[in-house]
Amino acid sequence: MNNGHDTKQDCAAFQAQLPELIASGVDIADHPHLKNCELCRALLADLESIAQAARELFPIEEPPDELWAQIESKIKKEEG
Amino acid sequence: MPQQTSPTSPPDEEPQPAVDVAHAESPDTQEQPVQAPLSSNPVEASALTRAQAGDHRAFAELYSIHKKRIYSLCLRMVGNIAEAEDLTQEAFLQLHRKIATFRGDSAFSTWLHRLAINVVLMQLRKKGLSLISLDEAMEPAVEERPGRSFGEPDLVLSGSIDRLALQRAIDELPAGYRLIFVLHDIEGYEHNEIAVMLDCSIGNSKSQLHKARLKLRSALRTYPQQEGRR
Repeated sequence: MNNGHDTKQDCAAFQAQLPELIASGVDIADHPHLKNCELCRALLADLESIAQAARELFPIEEPPDELWAQIESKIKKEEG
Repeated sequence: MPQQTSPTSPPDEEPQPAVDVAHAESPDTQEQPVQAPLSSNPVEASALTRAQAGDHRAFAELYSIHKKRIYSLCLRMVGNIAEAEDLTQEAFLQLHRKIATFRGDSAFSTWLHRLAINVVLMQLRKKGLSLISLDEAMEPAVEERPGRSFGEPDLVLSGSIDRLALQRAIDELPAGYRLIFVLHDIEGYEHNEIAVMLDCSIGNSKSQLHKARLKLRSALRTYPQQEGRR
């Protein structure tokens, strides 16, 4: 039992629905299970934090200068 | 979001949009369409038109405009610099072969972005990667099962997510999970678009994304906290 109200089975059922719930865009915070389950609230918060952090993670990278020369060379070969 | 195309090949021809905006804006153009600019960016539009006519210098200009975005996309999708360079090269070679087929139904950058994604997907398939394993979807790994999360510390309560730790966790994701995670959470594609690109069901895309996030969460909790702190 993860707390005084919901069981592991409740959590498993809720988490099985999570991919659909998250993808649906509905406000999951109002889901009845979350009102009683601190662990699933934390799980959801973690997943949202990971997605948010990932969006901010990747900088725009510059390819090496020599890459264009390679592309240009291949284009010329293809055009024969 | 970009137009949907075949998941296995770069866009030979763009799908027709429901409304041809370029020709619907003015009644005068409905009967006798005027060629609209192929890009809203005048520099790009000029280079594009000339490149379509075979101007090599114009193609080099297009490369300069888009090289960072395409290279960064490839790098995110495969997580390997050498492979990203090869894929960037292949994407621009494909672009050179197919540029004449671009008609301006979507933004050029969107079209090129999708072309590059298709190049990456084709390469991964050549390497034998099963992008979406239904077996994986039906039989989650032990660490992904819901019960495993009970009683473990959560990231939100223990502190903010460290960028380097997250980068490492994403790098270590299995390729299929990584693809869906990058396409959805970073590139912003919707599940229906990903399903078309990867030739899987929308439900499978949602499920795989969820598992990718769970794997990242599990990995982030596994790394020693002090390792990621900067």
